[in-house]
Amino acid sequence: MTGPGEKKTVDRREMLAGGVRAVCGAGFFALGLGMLGRQAETRAAQSLRPPGALAEADFLAACSRCGLCVRDCPWDTLRLAGIGDGAALGTPLFTARAVPCEMCQDIPCVVACPTGALDHRLTDIKQAKMGIAVLVGQETCLNFLGLRCDVCYRVCPLIDEAITLERSHNERTGKHARFIPTVHSDKCTGCGKCEKACVLEEAAIKVLPAELALGRLGGHYRLGWEEKRKHGESLLKDIIDLPDRGYGDGTATPYGGAERGANGAFKEFKP
Amino acid sequence: MSVTRRDFIKTNAIMATAAAAGITLPARLHEAEAAAPAGGIRWDKGVCRFCGTGCGVLVGVKDGRVVATQGDPDAPVNKGLNCIKGYFLSKIMYGQDRLTQPLLRKKGGVYDKNGDFTPVSWDEAFDVMATKFKEALKKKGPTSVGMFGSGQWTIWEGYAAAKFMKAGLRSNNLDPNARHCMASAVVGFMRTFGIDEPMGCYDDLEHADAFVLWGANMSEMHPILWSRLTDRRLTHEGCQVAVLSTYEHRSFELADLPIIFSPQSDLAIVNFIANYIIQNNAVNQDFVSKHVGFKKAITDIGYGLRPDHPTQKAAKNPDSGEFEPLDFEGFKAWVSEYTVEKASQISGVPADKLIALAKIYADPKKKVMSLWTMGVNQHTRGSWMNSNIYNIHLLTGKISEPGNSPFSLTGQPSACGTAREVGTFAHRLPSDMVVTNPKHREITEKIWQLPEGTIPDKPGFHAVLQHRMLKDGKLNAYWVQCTNNMQAAPNMNEEGYPGYRNPENFIVVSDPYPTITALAADLILPTAMWMEKEGAYGNAERRTQFWRQQVKAPGEARSDLWQVMEFSKRFKVEEVWPEELIAKKPELKGKTLFEILYANGQVNKFPTTETQKGFENDESTAFGFYVQKGLFEEYGQFNRGHAHDLASFDTYHQARGLRWPVIDGKETLWRFREGYDPYVKAGEGVKFYGKPDGKALIIAAPYEPPAESPDKEYDMWLVTGRVLEHWHSGSMTRRVPELHKAYPSAQVFMHPEDAKARGLRRGQEVKLQTRRGEVVTRVETSGRNKPPQGVVYMPWFDEGQLTNKLTLDATCPLSKETDFKKCAVRVVKA
Repeated sequence: MTGPGEKKTVDRREMLAGGVRAVCGAGFFALGLGMLGRQAETRAAQSLRPPGALAEADFLAACSRCGLCVRDCPWDTLRLAGIGDGAALGTPLFTARAVPCEMCQDIPCVVACPTGALDHRLTDIKQAKMGIAVLVGQETCLNFLGLRCDVCYRVCPLIDEAITLERSHNERTGKHARFIPTVHSDKCTGCGKCEKACVLEEAAIKVLPAELALGRLGGHYRLGWEEKRKHGESLLKDIIDLPDRGYGDGTATPYGGAERGANGAFKEFKP
Repeated sequence: MSVTRRDFIKTNAIMATAAAAGITLPARLHEAEAAAPAGGIRWDKGVCRFCGTGCGVLVGVKDGRVVATQGDPDAPVNKGLNCIKGYFLSKIMYGQDRLTQPLLRKKGGVYDKNGDFTPVSWDEAFDVMATKFKEALKKKGPTSVGMFGSGQWTIWEGYAAAKFMKAGLRSNNLDPNARHCMASAVVGFMRTFGIDEPMGCYDDLEHADAFVLWGANMSEMHPILWSRLTDRRLTHEGCQVAVLSTYEHRSFELADLPIIFSPQSDLAIVNFIANYIIQNNAVNQDFVSKHVGFKKAITDIGYGLRPDHPTQKAAKNPDSGEFEPLDFEGFKAWVSEYTVEKASQISGVPADKLIALAKIYADPKKKVMSLWTMGVNQHTRGSWMNSNIYNIHLLTGKISEPGNSPFSLTGQPSACGTAREVGTFAHRLPSDMVVTNPKHREITEKIWQLPEGTIPDKPGFHAVLQHRMLKDGKLNAYWVQCTNNMQAAPNMNEEGYPGYRNPENFIVVSDPYPTITALAADLILPTAMWMEKEGAYGNAERRTQFWRQQVKAPGEARSDLWQVMEFSKRFKVEEVWPEELIAKKPELKGKTLFEILYANGQVNKFPTTETQKGFENDESTAFGFYVQKGLFEEYGQFNRGHAHDLASFDTYHQARGLRWPVIDGKETLWRFREGYDPYVKAGEGVKFYGKPDGKALIIAAPYEPPAESPDKEYDMWLVTGRVLEHWHSGSMTRRVPELHKAYPSAQVFMHPEDAKARGLRRGQEVKLQTRRGEVVTRVETSGRNKPPQGVVYMPWFDEGQLTNKLTLDATCPLSKETDFKKCAVRVVKA
């Protein structure tokens, strides 16, 4: 962002964005109809598919718009897309902020699906992938700010698996910890309970379709610590380490190193 | 930043277009909207309305309304932070169903116990109320009138009520909801130290090497203190956290040593630790010989049930708080039976975990902070358990210094400041004094300028007994302020509700909202809350904090303080005191209780001109003097010079809270130790001056079984409690839409195997049944609480699912505090 008085430079990206803005402003109404037509292929980020839904293109091909999944949803979570829902008309969807998925153990929506658009192989609701929760509002999330909200964490049906609280020191207060809600995409089902419960006026945590939510790491790189954990030990064998002179061998106190007791805690200062 | 209409339209137009194109613009454009209402807000200091942590807040007022709050960035407790309840403070006063006028049950234009709630004037309300109180007094005397108050009362509200009941109506039937909360903590303090409240403070959180939670889910119930404890764990190398509970809760997330014990067996665990310390020569002999005495508790003391209850009848020494003599050798022999094997067998905790826990206390180099709340206090042996925790701190000398701190947390914002310090208990007077002590009554009567013999010498009815006496028709005129006790008290079906609806009784409830307690009453008085009055709270670390009235209450709502003082005008002293008592002070003849108690030359000493300009003070305007200052300064005579010294009234309006005793312009952080506590003289080192010999007591108290345990018919343990999102009965937090949405209804937390064995699925409707009642709820087999098999947990905030229909009114026989954590329940399909 540009500060006051600074000369603003316009880069290529912004110029393009400005161009789009101008086009949109002028051609908004003309575009409207066209966009409605295009709903058949694109889906708005807030429109989530029921558990077990095939990949979007396959799902659209398989779904007969029969509405049986909607009928059998006991929580009225699912509804059929109408005009303006940002999804193909008549297909089932839900909006997490309005009514999230309650993750029924017997998954009645999937059972009801006659075409397999909702994959009948999904029998454990914890394996569902309706989307991925992402903490998008890092500047507004109360826990990021140091407060103790963590409502999204406690409301998570897979608490401590799909969402954990990562603790860190609050530098500003100097004596409080921050508890950062952290989503684990391998466990998150995208049920949306967190987005629904977020107490902010606009949810700081949102469930997005997986393709929007996740980055993808380059195939040329591995996470060393993960590889070591999977392997159970270092990938390398017979590596040696030499002792450090004057450090950690009990013969000298390193710079800034206060005395420690047997438990590793600092020894009390006594003059 | 000022925004013109033109800018605003322009901004919105750009945003709309951008949104259509799927482009996100920088946040700068949003700032225009955010900045617009920022002007013109007056900020002033306040205190959070909820728990005993006592977070400082700044309250923003515009156009006579609290429009925003912020954590006070300079408040030492919370440094600008709040929990999720504190984040919504500005909304708690503006629920849609605020009560704005008195409501009396009427039929055909007159009061009728079975009538409908009908709006009446304050005059009519007080007329009917005074008639009912006078009728009861005339018929059965002062024991037939009573009042139930609160650890959420401001200091002066509690003080004014104590004067009105104990001196005015001459009835000790005054008790606070703090009886349900920390009465066991009080008895523990008094038995062990002879003086109430913690010796340490929150600074201990930054000094300890190890923390042991003995039945406290701080992560949810004291969220900001938990973030301080967590920070210590993160930043202090070698720091350890042990968490003990009967079920796994959120605090276990940080636990280095997680311990699930079977209900009631904490008594065995704590005694094992004492034994371990002695057996492993970890006793601080010097400390013990100089500063500690020993006693043995009388045992088999019953369960505080009605005297005709079979369990109660079986007790050999019901309600006995007596001691037998003991010395160190005697204690050593007595506690030696608590071997690790025995403790492990009773508690179900593996021996190695018990030893690891004992080592934390036994290691002389480790500074230990023990913390507890309802797990220890709401316990049929809660008073014993409090003292038993002190035992292990006293054996090791780990007390009254930074980081070495047995710390009893409180659940209410002024459990300490009001309920305890002011003395709103049925047996208490201000500053730890008691009604049964003639010297204490004399001191009180002298300060209150009353004739000798005004205050009755017998303790009144405590909280649980009040409900029993209402049911039995012995307590007939009853006033409840600032608490939702129908929902909070145990055994609603058998005691609370029949008591309120007993045709012989007249029940008055003062509340800002139509709680179920209010709706079970005969007269509802609309009450000003929180920032609608000048107030003061005292938190768990002895910190007294003041605030000014920020806004006016809606409609005809009036503060509890105004209600008590105005109502006292309805009583001429001749109507409530016997002739011989008035004869001792004839100048009181013909006066009202208001004149005797409040317009007494002390309380009405300060003119209204001393109230802060620019702020309302409705009570002072109504009565013509600075009410809060007068009450506080009279109250100050009790505590100044008596080890509870409070600073001057004006000082508190300037400071962000001060920890008493405040002496020579300084706070006291650690009591009983030379250098920290001015009441300990040079050369004394440590002195537990609450006891005549300056020695704290180690009290031998054994494991005794709970009042009711699971059996074939009712096969599980029921534990009740709270959740972070809601405070107590939810009367405030459930009126904040966001908090309601975050946790809308109670659930029963259950082990998945227990659910499976009963054919229950997650989310399914079930009935919880006990010998006393039945509640319909839904099963939760995952989520925040993970009970072991055989235990279920249900929060009690939800007035749609009244958990206290299930609970047993068994109490600690010494503290009379209910055990809400243990009764037998069964769970069946609804």
